[in-house]
Amino acid sequence: MDPLIIQDHYEIDYRHSYAEDSPFFVALTKGKLLGSRCTACGYTYATPRSHCMECGAPTSWHELPLAGRVHTYTTCHYGGELFLKETPFTLILVEFDGADTLFLSRLKGVPTPTHPSGAPIAPPDAMGHEGEGQGGGGVYIGMPVVARFAKTPSFKVTDVWFEPA
Amino acid sequence: MRPVYMISGGITKFAKAHPDKDFRLMVKQAYDYALRDVPKFSKDMIDGAVGSYFSDHFTRQLKAASMAQDYLGLCPKPSKRIEGGGATGGLCFQSAWEAVASGRMNCCVAFGFETMSRVNTWKGNEFIALASDTNFDFPVGGFYTGYYAMMVRRHMHEYGTTVEQMAMVSVKNHMNALYNPYAQKAKRLTIKQVRESPMVATPLTMEDICTMSDGAAVCILASEEVTAKVCNRPVTVTGVGSGSDAMRMADRPHGKVILLPHERESDYAHLKYPGVHSFRGGRMAAKLAYQMAGIRNPIEELSFVELHDAYTSSEIQTYEDLGLCKYGEGGKFVESGVPFMPGVDYGLELPKQGRLPVNPSGGLLACGHPVGATGLMQAVFAFWQLQGTIKKHLGNDRLQVKNPKRGLIHSHAGTGTYITVSILEAP
Repeated sequence: MDPLIIQDHYEIDYRHSYAEDSPFFVALTKGKLLGSRCTACGYTYATPRSHCMECGAPTSWHELPLAGRVHTYTTCHYGGELFLKETPFTLILVEFDGADTLFLSRLKGVPTPTHPSGAPIAPPDAMGHEGEGQGGGGVYIGMPVVARFAKTPSFKVTDVWFEPA
Repeated sequence: MRPVYMISGGITKFAKAHPDKDFRLMVKQAYDYALRDVPKFSKDMIDGAVGSYFSDHFTRQLKAASMAQDYLGLCPKPSKRIEGGGATGGLCFQSAWEAVASGRMNCCVAFGFETMSRVNTWKGNEFIALASDTNFDFPVGGFYTGYYAMMVRRHMHEYGTTVEQMAMVSVKNHMNALYNPYAQKAKRLTIKQVRESPMVATPLTMEDICTMSDGAAVCILASEEVTAKVCNRPVTVTGVGSGSDAMRMADRPHGKVILLPHERESDYAHLKYPGVHSFRGGRMAAKLAYQMAGIRNPIEELSFVELHDAYTSSEIQTYEDLGLCKYGEGGKFVESGVPFMPGVDYGLELPKQGRLPVNPSGGLLACGHPVGATGLMQAVFAFWQLQGTIKKHLGNDRLQVKNPKRGLIHSHAGTGTYITVSILEAP
């Protein structure tokens, strides 16, 4: 016989603590971007961690500049189910002067190409070459960007995003 | 440590969905196939098993490996589950190797499976993205293709890698799979078709990315004593290595290259490594495996490679991590034709076609990627290659590498967070 297939719903709310990372999320509500600096070796992280990955010593909070540059980027025309309705969106890794590592964020305020029907399409630079439209409708590696902050915080990392400087 | 042999293997066909069989039955079918291939072997010779599956979200059955263990009739023998993202299968293989190499077991079964068809593709992508930092990465738009797209964009920037070179990987692997009846998605493609398929995350299109899959695979590893009794053509596992990197790719350092024996520091005087363009964990895994197997120059000493091509871009990046070419030369390496199968017409001009076939099976891109089974599937294909039994198992010998001496299998998790490399050698 044909296999019997049923629908099986699954939903849950977690009680999630940001724990030692909490100051980062609170700082976003004040328009500040906090990284970490190692108290022993000085290694500076653009995404915070309370102990240094290089030497193991504790880090201290370190305020990052609000201006940085695009280290790399992509425009997502599909995504996980949770983010599918937000496509197309552009992800970037941001590099900052004075920080040794990067920060993942969204780039907004740069037009992303869509098909007139609204369907996800191959963007104008379907061949994806550097310097030919860049696949994100104008974003490029090295592009100066500035941080913007949500007026009404959701206490998520998406309370900060970047726009062209 | 003592020598470890692979004496048999089995796989199910990888498919979008197998609604007619659950994970236990899939594992059982792969297991029975492996047992039939060594008729003198008996179940009493098995000392224990290691089971692998990636995601409790996909399975929605915790302790699922215990259910496979009892279904195979292996209780009350030792058993455990191995989980390590995309590298789950490769880690499982190495865990079984450890059991035999240490002398704890004379024979250990490694089985793996995944049933990804139970949710839609986009929910599946969400589940997979939960294997990125859920504080800092996932909420931004958690999507693995997006992560890999950013990594290859940087690779293109550093080295001039092109999307056509990436598309060549897709053409190669999908066409190899035309001769592999176990593959999920075999087809003839052109570079143009790869580029014109729907854009997923620039610059990666649908044909640059592997698919979700249901499937299972089994490997049987044994000591010299057991092997001598049951197997005429055992394959020796001569090297294992693994490596790791920071969960968040934003945290990766920009330092010095980990060198392989045939490389010099001056090769990479200006390269900041690994950044997000290379997989430091893959390089570490390769270095350790080569060291154990006594490999000095992989391109000269390997006969074929089955590597974790979840994306065409990551196949190119992995050529470099494995030292098949220098960092920065991955795009040119595929263009040269070296990693293609000899004797197959790909519709491409390939001056050095077939010198070192990579993913003769079709890889993840064409076979599919039922995560917990994938790394073991690679071991099974490598085993058949080295035994010279591809024709027997695939029904044709188009993918049989001629007189192979040594094969490499490579399994890869996350954005390069766990990576395994194992070296197998012919009888």
